[in-house]
Amino acid sequence: MKWARRAAMVFLAAVFAASLLANYLAPASYAHQFRELPDAPPSSQHWLGTDDLGRDRYSRLLYGTRVSLLLAPAAALLSSLLAAAIGGAAGFLGGWVERCVMAATDLVLSLPWLFLLITVRALLPLNVPPIASVAITFALLGCLGWAAAARVVCADARALRGSGVILLARASGSGGLRLLCRHVVPNLKPVLLAQFWISIPVFILTEANLSILGLGVAEPLPSWGSLLRELENFSTFSAQPWLFAPLILLVATVSCFHLALAKREDWA
Amino acid sequence: MLAVLMLGGLLGATLVRLAPGYGTDEEELDSRLSQQSIEALRKAQDRDENLARFYAHYLARLARGDLGESRTLHEPVRQLLAERFPETLKSVGLGLALGWAAGLGLAIMAVMSRRGIADLAAGLAASVLLCIPAAVLALLFVIVQAPGRLVIGLIVFPNIFYYARNLLARAATMPHVLTARAKGLGSLRVLLRHILPVAAPQLLALAGVSVSLAFTAAIPVEVLCDLPGIGQLAWKAAMGRDLALLVNLTMIVTLITLVANSAADLAARPERMGEA
Repeated sequence: MKWARRAAMVFLAAVFAASLLANYLAPASYAHQFRELPDAPPSSQHWLGTDDLGRDRYSRLLYGTRVSLLLAPAAALLSSLLAAAIGGAAGFLGGWVERCVMAATDLVLSLPWLFLLITVRALLPLNVPPIASVAITFALLGCLGWAAAARVVCADARALRGSGVILLARASGSGGLRLLCRHVVPNLKPVLLAQFWISIPVFILTEANLSILGLGVAEPLPSWGSLLRELENFSTFSAQPWLFAPLILLVATVSCFHLALAKREDWA
Repeated sequence: MLAVLMLGGLLGATLVRLAPGYGTDEEELDSRLSQQSIEALRKAQDRDENLARFYAHYLARLARGDLGESRTLHEPVRQLLAERFPETLKSVGLGLALGWAAGLGLAIMAVMSRRGIADLAAGLAASVLLCIPAAVLALLFVIVQAPGRLVIGLIVFPNIFYYARNLLARAATMPHVLTARAKGLGSLRVLLRHILPVAAPQLLALAGVSVSLAFTAAIPVEVLCDLPGIGQLAWKAAMGRDLALLVNLTMIVTLITLVANSAADLAARPERMGEA
């Protein structure tokens, strides 16, 4: 399966590069409206046609990929850092700190993920500028997605606490911050890396769910989720198969993350 | 479990109390109201200014079975739940039954058949389903006019399949299973007597987790397939910023998942003790 993992990494790199180069690859801005061409079929000017407002779908797909593919890893980084801080501290300190953190983790994990997200999202203003909606959506994912990772990190940190490495470091006079930075964090790096990688596809899919429900990225800014909302216009299903382009890209990207993840797990 | 629920309640009450706009009433914008009337309205809202008092009132009402009133739908939350819960239970129940039947069935087939093709086909289907958001699956079901409830089953299925397949495959390579096979026991007997009992505790734990998964999938499914359950109610509450309703709904769903997890844990305990 090594070739499949390599192909997945190449595909991810290509999609990532295309999204970064959206300014150069896209024929128009994601918000530019070709008023004379609403709902146009694919052509040499508009490879995926235009939407009902006359916006070029190919351009929106490229920019939407940038939003989803840059911010999902950012949210995953945030949640991994939170998991490292919370789970690492709980596992390493043990005692009542660990018990309290584990109770909080149990609580967060017992809340169904989407219920929790929409509850917290509803607390914040819903009519916000598009950029703010992107920031809120991915910050929420990052801030609320730490629990499962924290549990894993906590278990690893607990095992580390009683390990010979830490015992030797303590015996040689290391303590506090030095012990944490020099011995604990480097030993937790593989598990954190795996948790980071696991979170990315989860956050991509959750953003898509939220945006389709109207609680994610706001118009006119595109994301994979907001682009998939076009599928609601199902009367045109048979006539416009190109509407499925965002779905195909999403499925391919998430599959590639899963394939690449198998490799990461081997590393961990 | 009670402590976790109380903590969840406190968290929910805190969220409602601290949410922007709490304590303001649309009626205050009515230009016909005098200043005294507006002051009286504000005074009525100030009753629950203190968070501890707010939570105490919330718990006292909860003890009497009063879950408050929905701000957007102008109906008691209890009545809304009574009307919509059966619909969600039906969807979630059907989804869980379907997901488990397909997931466990295909996992057993993949492990027992020893032909790579069955494993590959089921694995491929599960991989694709794992990569599609529940909302998109619901939309696709609307497009092809298929029953939306089945989507929950398709969301549950890949998770059950992967976990069950790994568990059963591990159990199938244990020495006592190899001995049983070598002694000439039939496949069905090996599965029922030697493989499933080993994997049962973890499968029971997975049953608890799958309940949470099914409730999560219920939101997009009910919204997009227009099924009047609590998932759709939660979405309406979120869109209308009806926080009291939303927090109550979340608490109830949390209680259900906690009960499901605890029941699964209790059911798995004798198995684990037997193993020990």
